[in-house]
Amino acid sequence: MATTNPHEDPNRRDFIHIAAAAAAVGGVAAVAWPLVDQMNPAGDTLALASIEFDLTKVALGQQVIVKWRSKPVFVRHRTPKEIAEANDVKLSDLRDPQTDAERVKPGKAEWLILIGVCTHLGCVPNFGQGPYGGWLCPCHGSIYDTSGRIRAGPAPLNLYIPDYTFLSDTKVKIG
Amino acid sequence: MSGHSTYEPKTGIERWLDVRLPIIRFGVDLLDFPTPKNLNYWWTFGGILAFCLVTQIVTGVVLAMHYVPNADMAFNSVEHIMRDVNYGWLVRGIHANGASMFFLAVYIHMFRGIYYGSFKAPREVLWILGMIIYLLMMATAFMGYVLPWGQMSFWGATVITNIIGSLPVIGPAITTWLWGGFAVDNPTLNRFFSLHYLLPFVIAGVVGLHIWALHVPGNNNPTGVNVKSKEDTVPFHPYYTVKDGFAVAVFVLLFASFVFFNPDGLGHPANFTPANPLVTPNPIVPEWYFLPFYAILRAIPDKLGGVIAMFGSIGLLFVLPWIDTAKTRSMRYRPAARLFFFFFVVTCLVLGYCGGHEPAAHPFPGGAVGTFLDADLNSFVWLSRIFVVYYFVYFLVITPVLGLIETPLPTPESISSPVLPQGAAASPEKKG
Repeated sequence: MATTNPHEDPNRRDFIHIAAAAAAVGGVAAVAWPLVDQMNPAGDTLALASIEFDLTKVALGQQVIVKWRSKPVFVRHRTPKEIAEANDVKLSDLRDPQTDAERVKPGKAEWLILIGVCTHLGCVPNFGQGPYGGWLCPCHGSIYDTSGRIRAGPAPLNLYIPDYTFLSDTKVKIG
Repeated sequence: MSGHSTYEPKTGIERWLDVRLPIIRFGVDLLDFPTPKNLNYWWTFGGILAFCLVTQIVTGVVLAMHYVPNADMAFNSVEHIMRDVNYGWLVRGIHANGASMFFLAVYIHMFRGIYYGSFKAPREVLWILGMIIYLLMMATAFMGYVLPWGQMSFWGATVITNIIGSLPVIGPAITTWLWGGFAVDNPTLNRFFSLHYLLPFVIAGVVGLHIWALHVPGNNNPTGVNVKSKEDTVPFHPYYTVKDGFAVAVFVLLFASFVFFNPDGLGHPANFTPANPLVTPNPIVPEWYFLPFYAILRAIPDKLGGVIAMFGSIGLLFVLPWIDTAKTRSMRYRPAARLFFFFFVVTCLVLGYCGGHEPAAHPFPGGAVGTFLDADLNSFVWLSRIFVVYYFVYFLVITPVLGLIETPLPTPESISSPVLPQGAAASPEKKG
């Protein structure tokens, strides 16, 4: 067996240094990740995936707010006039161009279901305010139209549409 | 530290301790620290801020004994503190108003640093540590304001965390991570309480570094002229312990006037309504000490742009030591710089005023005068924009350019010379 002087074998010594440092960095990262990830949504929070809602509660022309995943969801029963207004808008006038048909389910244009969170900084826009017949956000003045599309103010995007399906003509499942 | 230690242990036990843990020497050297003899009252705000930090920690520890960080109980536990806990109204009144007093003092402290050039070499690290403390204070105050779980707490938390969500790509993931859910909710309240308890101790640690960095070059002074000799200084104790003590006493008068006569004057009525995630109160406004930044955020008609401008306005303060080209420290000898500085102070106040009003409201009588681009000219949003421009021009144009082209007034030879009769030598020790 060779008796090697470590001072004369720099490669082997370097390897041990690098391996030790790499193991230490890997170990720290492995410990750090749980400490970071614990702040992400917990299992029970993630489990609150969907709710069912009875549409007969919403009178024509009105809005009902339901809570889904701690967020307000707007369920709007739109009048034919409001639907026509939403369809009359030219796409070139929109900041986040989308037709009204893309924002409702086929044949269900009277039901507009939106996440009621302003796409600017997360406030809840007030229904029936603002010049476009839709919503006005009280925080920084973003204005949405009868399709929930952004028309004025600082918000960059239209109000989001949650995933939802019609279980029957009067029942909808959100999430 | 400049100068040698003057401490000489007198008793046996002091000598024994001094070679093992020289903690008495440390304290004596702090008290003996040679301090410029011409410091004015603007220099007392360091001591006032230390007083504020201790006050907030002591009252905060007490409040944590009674407060419940749970979305269903937080609001009621705060009412319990206010109504039932012995002296709870007093402790919470001090803590809530103490935050405002803390910011009042820190803003004066910062303006003083800018006016007298205290951020200039060799005090850049001292200045940056101060800015880190300021950022930590903002984070702590923001999370503390969320804890009572009223409407303004909840929606303030929503708006501020959504600001982070405007970052491209990673923004939404970070927001969800901060919330611990899909909106501000119980997990958010829990972690904000934990961090609100932690951060003041981090602040205390950085304050230690701040004082350490102060004691290497020593204090700046109103002339901005370096200390030239021992004759320019006096020991910190008793001269500045007494001066700071007097200033703290006066400051406490103002503090107490809020605590006892107007305890909710700086708060907002909406926070007396428990948090409701389905209804945003109208209008929502941050605490007064965030209003200038809120005005900057709203002045930019683009979400990400507004956020960048807001953080940029603070970021510029970090690099101030390198964008200020002036060789003369103190604006006492820079008449032009002084003028621009005073207008900068006015700018910060006007931005604060704008931040407290609806963007579309009219700041001047007479109503609408006509829309320019996206808003009426007589609106707070346009008033903010004018002053936002000055804010950035002050740092990015005036500060670097003026330092190069302004001819400053002659600066005194030493700290002592301006107080001496014309022609007299700056060596007061020879006058007996």
